[in-house]
Order: sequence, then C-alpha cells, then structure tokens
Amino acid sequence: MGANEPGVIGQSVRRKEDLRFITGAGQFTDDVNMVRQTQGVFLRSPHAHATIRSIDLAKAKAAPGVVAIFTGADLTGVNGLPCGWLITGTDGKPMNEPPHPVLAQGKVRYVGDQVALVIAETLHQAKDAAELIDVDYEVLPAVVNCVDALKPGAPQIHEQAPGNKCYTWALGDKAAVDAAFAKAAHISKLDIVNNRLVPNAIEPRCALASYDRAADSYTLYVSNQNPHVERLLMTAFVLGLPETKVRVIAPDVGGGFGSKIYLYGEETAMVWASKRVNRPIKWAADRSEAFVSDAHGRDHVTHAELAMDKDGKFLALRVVTNANMGAYLSTFASCIPTILYATLLAGQYTTPAIYVEVTASFTNTAPVDAYRGAGRPEATFVVERMVHQAAVDMKLPQDEIRRRNFIRTFPYATPVALTYDIGNYDATLDGANELADVKGYAARKADSEKRGKLRGIGYASYIEACGLAPSNVAGALGARAGLFEAGEVRVNPTGSVTVFTGSHSHGQGHETTFAQIVAGRLGIDIANVEVVHGDTGRIPFGMGTYGSRSLSVGGTAIVKALDKVIAKGKKIAAHLLEAAEGDIEFKDGKFTVAGTDRSKAFAEISLAAYVPHNYPLDKLEPGLDETAFYDPTNFTYPAGTHIAEVEIDPDTGVVEVKAFTAVDDFGNIINPMIVEGQVHGGVAQGIGQALLEHCVYDPESGQLLTGSYMDYAMPRADDLPSFKVGTRVTPCTHNPLGAKGCGEAGAIGAPAAIMNAVHDALSAVGVTRIDMPASPHRVWQAIQSARA
Amino acid sequence: MYSFDMHKATSLDNAAALLAQSGGKALAGGQSLIAAMKLRLAQPGALVDLSAVPEMKGIRKEGDAIVIGAMTRHAEVASSKVVKDAIPSLAALAEGIGDRQVRNMGTLGGALANNDPAACYPAAVLALNATVHTNKRQIAADAFFKGMYETALADGELITSVSFPIPKKAAYVKFVQPASRFALVGVFVAQTGSGVRVAVTGAASSVFRAKALEDALGKAFNNDAARAVKMEASGLNSDLHGSAAYRAHLIPVLAGRAVLAAG
Repeated sequence: MGANEPGVIGQSVRRKEDLRFITGAGQFTDDVNMVRQTQGVFLRSPHAHATIRSIDLAKAKAAPGVVAIFTGADLTGVNGLPCGWLITGTDGKPMNEPPHPVLAQGKVRYVGDQVALVIAETLHQAKDAAELIDVDYEVLPAVVNCVDALKPGAPQIHEQAPGNKCYTWALGDKAAVDAAFAKAAHISKLDIVNNRLVPNAIEPRCALASYDRAADSYTLYVSNQNPHVERLLMTAFVLGLPETKVRVIAPDVGGGFGSKIYLYGEETAMVWASKRVNRPIKWAADRSEAFVSDAHGRDHVTHAELAMDKDGKFLALRVVTNANMGAYLSTFASCIPTILYATLLAGQYTTPAIYVEVTASFTNTAPVDAYRGAGRPEATFVVERMVHQAAVDMKLPQDEIRRRNFIRTFPYATPVALTYDIGNYDATLDGANELADVKGYAARKADSEKRGKLRGIGYASYIEACGLAPSNVAGALGARAGLFEAGEVRVNPTGSVTVFTGSHSHGQGHETTFAQIVAGRLGIDIANVEVVHGDTGRIPFGMGTYGSRSLSVGGTAIVKALDKVIAKGKKIAAHLLEAAEGDIEFKDGKFTVAGTDRSKAFAEISLAAYVPHNYPLDKLEPGLDETAFYDPTNFTYPAGTHIAEVEIDPDTGVVEVKAFTAVDDFGNIINPMIVEGQVHGGVAQGIGQALLEHCVYDPESGQLLTGSYMDYAMPRADDLPSFKVGTRVTPCTHNPLGAKGCGEAGAIGAPAAIMNAVHDALSAVGVTRIDMPASPHRVWQAIQSARA
Repeated sequence: MYSFDMHKATSLDNAAALLAQSGGKALAGGQSLIAAMKLRLAQPGALVDLSAVPEMKGIRKEGDAIVIGAMTRHAEVASSKVVKDAIPSLAALAEGIGDRQVRNMGTLGGALANNDPAACYPAAVLALNATVHTNKRQIAADAFFKGMYETALADGELITSVSFPIPKKAAYVKFVQPASRFALVGVFVAQTGSGVRVAVTGAASSVFRAKALEDALGKAFNNDAARAVKMEASGLNSDLHGSAAYRAHLIPVLAGRAVLAAG
C-alpha cells in the first residue's frame, strides 16, 4: 500500500518533515530574526559556590553597542522559577523548595549560574561587554556529590534547605518487606551509581523574545518541548502576566530529550527585558554554555537488596536511593527520582513487597531533571542489575529467573502504586531470545575466547509507565499541573484537514504519525493533512511532549476530535441523504446509508458544512472544526526484553558491543519505521550512558571537568552494532489507538542490558562490580584490581 | 572570537614579512587555532594565511625519502599514491586523524608546529627519523619536539616541508581517548636504516621515544618482545580518561600490535 493511499495506519510512511530537515530548510529559533533585534549574552558564574559582594557594570555599560545590562537586583516584581511537583516527605512535611532566581540574587550556586543579561547590538559587542563586568565574588566551599552534600559539615547551599536536604520520601510497605527478608532463603545485594549525563540535544537552547508596545504583549520563540507549559509557568508563576499577553512559539526544535521541557531563567529574563529595552532580544547558547546550563540527567547512588525463596522466586525488594537535584529545583526535578522512579521498581515481576526510600539533596551543580526515560531508566537499572545478580547468586539462567517471576495476570496491581493494564512478558523475552540467537551464544563465546577476548551476554526486561497520565492521580501525588492533551481537527471546505496538536515534535515525526491517524480514520489522502504544533497562538492548549506520551495522549485527543467530526458529518450526511442519522455509516471516506449504495464522500460533507445551502441550520451549526481534550484513565505500560552481547579486550579494557537486540511491546504501531528509529536512537543513548557518557564535576572546586566533547564522550555510529529490533503487540486497553509509547524504551532498557553483559564477561576474571560508564580505563582497572 | 586582521601570503618570503610586520600568527589548517579563537582562548591581532604559499605544497619522492609540503592536508597524505606506496603507515596515520572535515583542512606543518601532546603526526616524524625543513634550516626529528606545545621553531620560523626516510617496515596504532578521539596513547614503530625507532604520543607532555621498546624490538621484532617491556608510569599523563599506570600499560601493548601490523 502506498504512502498516498488511505488506510495508512500501520504503514512505514516516509516522514513528511524530512524534506525540509534534510535540505536545510527547517526553521529553528535561531533562523528567526526580527527588525531592530538585539543580541543577548549571559554572564555566568565561574565559581561553583560564591557570595556576590558587588557587581560593577560601569565599564561594561559604556562599551560599544551595549543596549542594556540587567542583574538580579533589577528584576523587582519577578518571582523565582517554580517547581511543578510537590513531594511530601516521610516526615509529613513538604519538600524544601528554596528560591530559584531568574538571575542570581546575591549568591551563585553552580558553575554556569546566570549572573547578568547583557544586551547589545551585536553578539560580539555583547560578549565583549560581558567580559568588562566586574563581579566581586567571595568564593565558598562547594559540594557536588549527592551523598557528600548530606554529611555534617558540608557547605550549605540554601538557607531554606538545612543540611542540603530537599526531601526524604518513601513508597511501599516497609513492615511487609522486613518480614519477607526475615524468612528469605537468599538475599542478593547491590550497590550502584547511575551516572550523571548531559542531554546534548543537537540544537542548543535558543530564544528570541520581543515586546509589542501597541498591544502590550510579548512573543517568545524558544527551543522548547511544551510551549503552553512554558507560557503558563512564565506568566502565572514568575512574571505575573495574563496568558493572553504572551505567545510562545516553539518552531522546529533540534531534539530535547527532556532538557527543553523546563522553564529556564534565560528566556524568562529575556521576555522581561524585551519590554524594558523595547526591542527583540536573541540568545543562542553555544555548546559550552549548553554543557554548564542545560538541566542534566540521572545522578543516583543506590543500595538495593532482593529477598528470594529457595527457587529464586522474588519475595521482597528494598531500595535506598540518593538523588542529586543540583543547585536548584528545575521544573520537574522533584518527581523524577520519586514518582517516575520508585513506582517502576516492580519491573515485570510479581515481587509482592517493595519498599523504597529516596533522599534528594542540593549540590553545587547544574539542576538535574528529566532526561530521556526520566526515573524509569534508573529504576530499570536497579531492578535488572539486581535480577542479573540474583540469577548469578542462585545459579539460574538469566531468562529462567525472569520467567519464574513474570507477571502473567492482568490487570496487575503492583506494591508500588501502579496497575499494569496489559502485557505479555514471555512473548517479548522469547522473541528476544530468538532474535538474538541465544542458542548460538556458547559458540560465539568460545570463538571470542580463542581470540583472547571476554564475551558476555546481558538481559534487561524493562517496563515503563508512559502517557503521563491521569491528571487526578498525578495531582494526588503532588503534580501542580494537569496531564491531559488537546487536539483540534479543522476540516477545511474542500476536505483537507489541519490538525492542531498540543504535543510538540522535536524529532519524533508527529507531522507524519498524526497525519496517518487522521488520513486512516477519515479515509483521505495523507497529503491532505497538515499537522500544526508548537504555537500557543494557534493551538487550543497543550501539555507537550515528554514521557513517551505524544501518541497515547496527544494522538488520542486527535482521535476524540475526529470522532466528533465524524459524528457531525453523519448528521450532515443524514440531512443530505434524507436518511435517519442512525442509519448513516462512515467507512473508507464515505458516509453511506446502511444497506444501500447511497453515499456522500467526505469532501462533499465538508463542503456542505462551509457552504450550507442545503443544511439543517435549525439544528446544526455550520463548519466542521472540533476540539477534544483527553485525560487518560491510566498510564500506559510499554515493556520488552533487550539482550546485549559484548566482547571485552582484557589488554586494553575496551568493550565492544557485538550485538544488541530489542524486542518491545509498544501496543499498536502507527508507523513502524518511525518506531524503529525511536528504538535505535534510544538504544544508542542507552549504550552511550553505559559505556561512554559521564558528566564529572571536580569534587573540590565544583568545576565541570567534562564541559566539551573533548572530554564528554557521545556515542558515535562506529561505537554501535547494527541493532536487531522486533515487536510483539498487546494493545493498550484504555486508549482507542491501543498505543503505549516508544520514545524512551531504548534508553531505558539498554544501560542495564549492556552492563549486565559487561558484568557477565568480566565475571570470568573475577570482577564483581563496575559502574557506568564502563570505559576502557575503568574496565582495565577493574580487571587489575580483581587480579591483585 | 575577537576581531583580527587577516593577511594571505603569496610566497614564503611574503609570509615571513607579513608575520614580522603584523606581529600575528601563522594560519595553516586552523584546526586548533581557529577553535581556540572561537572560544576566545586565543587572541591574535592578525593571522597570516599560508594556504597559497607555493613552497609549502606538494608530495614527492626524493631518493630514499618522501617529502611532504607543510601545507599538505591530512586528506591529501591519506590518499596520496606516493605516500601509500612508500610509507603506507604514514598514509594510514593521516587517515585516522580527526574527522573528514578536520582532515580536509588540517595540515602536516600545522600539526607539527602546534605539537599537541596527543597529536598523531609527531609520532610519525619522530619514529621515522624525519627531517623538518624550515625557511631557515633543517631540524632533525630528535631535536624538534621540545615539550608540551613547544618545538625548536624560532619566532617567525616556518616549516616548509618534512622529509620522511622510507622505513623497511612501520606501523602506527592509536588508542583513542573515547571523547576527543585524540590519542590517549599512540605508538609508531618503525624499522629504519638506523635501527628500530618507537615514538609514543598522547602519553606524556610531548611525544617521546621509548628506548626500552626500541632495544627490545631491536633484538626481536615481535609482539612478545614488546609485551615483555615494562614502562614506568612516572612522568606520564593522568586524567579522567586514563591514569599514568594505564597509559604505561598500553604503550607496550600497542607497540606489540604495531609490530604485528607492520608485518
């Protein structure tokens, strides 16, 4: 079936957006320019922790081309940046929520903290002027590690957070877990670090803020994943403006991975300043700036224990985690190591009792927030490393211990607050075993040994909660925002369709996938469907793109709007065909009187709606334009099994990924090619975390040691094998598409699969623990230590 | 980047004159200098572009040596039939520098004059016992590399070409730093007319010859002989990507692999 024929759901339709991206015709924020535009540059703190004694702007203000310079002292009437999720601690108190100023107020708390906004005619003039600002800092001791930050005598970062603690929070039945451990036949234990990552979207953050004096309104172009949330937080919480006065446009966006969900100080200061200077202000982060100022990801330290009976059946899981919040609470920072982490610790298993305690602390590092997977990769890493260790301890095959513990009855209520609606974990495990040719592994291992190499195989049977989620459930858990999605389907007179979606596409291919849904449901040519996203001025509302929610929530909102379009179309058709509304069927783009050959094409109905000469005007409004808001009744639960095979050179410590297999259950799939691309990208990121990427701050000075690609290792094509991917389908039970989401699965499953394979390989030389990233140096050191 | 004046030299003498007049820096391929300028870490008042200087161009065989002009791009060395036929290890080294864009701009002379501690070319020059020709004199490889980013070049002295004696056999093995893909350790092993020479880059503040490996491989040119050598860690670099002990361990491992690759 060709791409331009109806019935395109489930087809690998080529991406509509690729022509403009491949030919360099995309319109990113930095491609947008305005008359009388100025250039902004942020002066950033060179220190991890310091009191600002004074700021002397005299020389800088006198520099050529300078329009204005603003510091924190100028931002009177501007509130701090809000955190969107309130976590209540085990002590019953709300989390410590220190102010998060738009520009530093008297103190800087991490290297890169923004101190001043310099606005000049040109970028170079702004940079020159920024160098002339004389800030008198009193440098204070810094702490960068989330465990060190809690120790007595650690430098105090915020007055409002004694001991640098944000919260200690817990989930699960502690007494039940203690009781299960008391009667366990075996207990496996594990200490792990989930390494801190820098998101590294290909397009660094960028903003263009302007003010229209005549309308007293602002327009902000910004590289962002959820423009309506950006507008809501900025207007209602920080600047005290009505939403109507700020239009936020997120045009083409070059990747986000979570880092562009948040409201940052930069664009907030720029919107505020655009009125003061009455000129547009452009700022584009350079890569060095992105490294220090984007919200980072992960950064957990965890101890876990698993109680089992004599057959390897899981009885209870106990997890204690320390999480790094960075210097300030970013927009969703607080919920990542709690709501999106602890709730996933059941994995695919029937573990009856789970207790998890999480302590979040402040450090002198960039804020930490959601990064592709957001809590779920951390949870999967704990569970699947733990299961691997349990299998080793119990001398059971890796697939066998998983099978002994799989959930097989649905719906299944876990001991950590979720109810899985559907899944088939045997199917994805069996599928992965087959695709990865696990039967042939022994021969491949023998071949590696002949060549002096250590071979290992690792499994990760992950689960994630996507679709984020029912608003009322999230609200009960502390969310300060709704988690629905909005979609508008505007049928034009000739039957072409414009879709306005609150989901934002920054690499996911929504313009194609959503068009497929519309074309498939309406039976029209996909070329007649345009998808519009990323503009608060055009789209009814939106909560944006994160948590693999675009299809299951945003796509469903479109389906609900399509249902309304079809329902209204039936009314119009009934009138035109002089039949009862109940007798009208809609199929393959035609409204037909059931049991007859009398029908009206979709375009005839749309034309009648806009040229209502023969139309039931007494009963029905003209026009064919419907909007729906969809709030899901549950999370969706994509799951699957990933199998990694690695070969290690003991002479150098190099880990080579020989094979990576992912068999996933994403529910129903609209565009298999796009799904496969999402899996590939996610797996590449997951392998990056496992083997290469590591954000390191100097423990003494708090300087970022991996502040460029000279020291921060990104995965490259030649670091990766050709992935083998497959899918199994159990359709989601609670959305009409049956879709679960696929955007994060690769990044969730891959780190555990790779590290399990690394541990399996290194077990031959006596290595029992190695943390991510398993760099050649670390692997070599681990081998030396084991041999010593 | 700060503003600066740009001059384009038309001849070797013109380049020297422009450098003297402007007090600026010579611009070869710019793969280190321009990057540093963009980060505002270097602030030359003027640049003198050497790309049109005819005396710095060309690859030719002269007797038992291959002579490569200082402004020859890495990609040209990598694809040169003259180089591939005579010293395939040198062509392979050039093919492994940076990425395609870097190889299309970066030059032999620029790499040597910069003497980055993790650069590849210094290892080839030192192991192959090459001679560096400048607008003033000839400098033997053993006298050229002085320390981190330091060479024997005087102010205003420009490399014009490098003469590489053709070895009996040679190979370069680079172990990349995972992020930058510069050499964490790179070892160039060559059997030359004056015996086995082993040059190591990436491991210390500047490229150096590993005498213990040269002695061992002089006696028996094989992997086992290389592997039997223990290198001292003291004086070697230690950073996020590798301790001095790790680098010391890698040197004989890579030397052995280079011997195997040399055939």
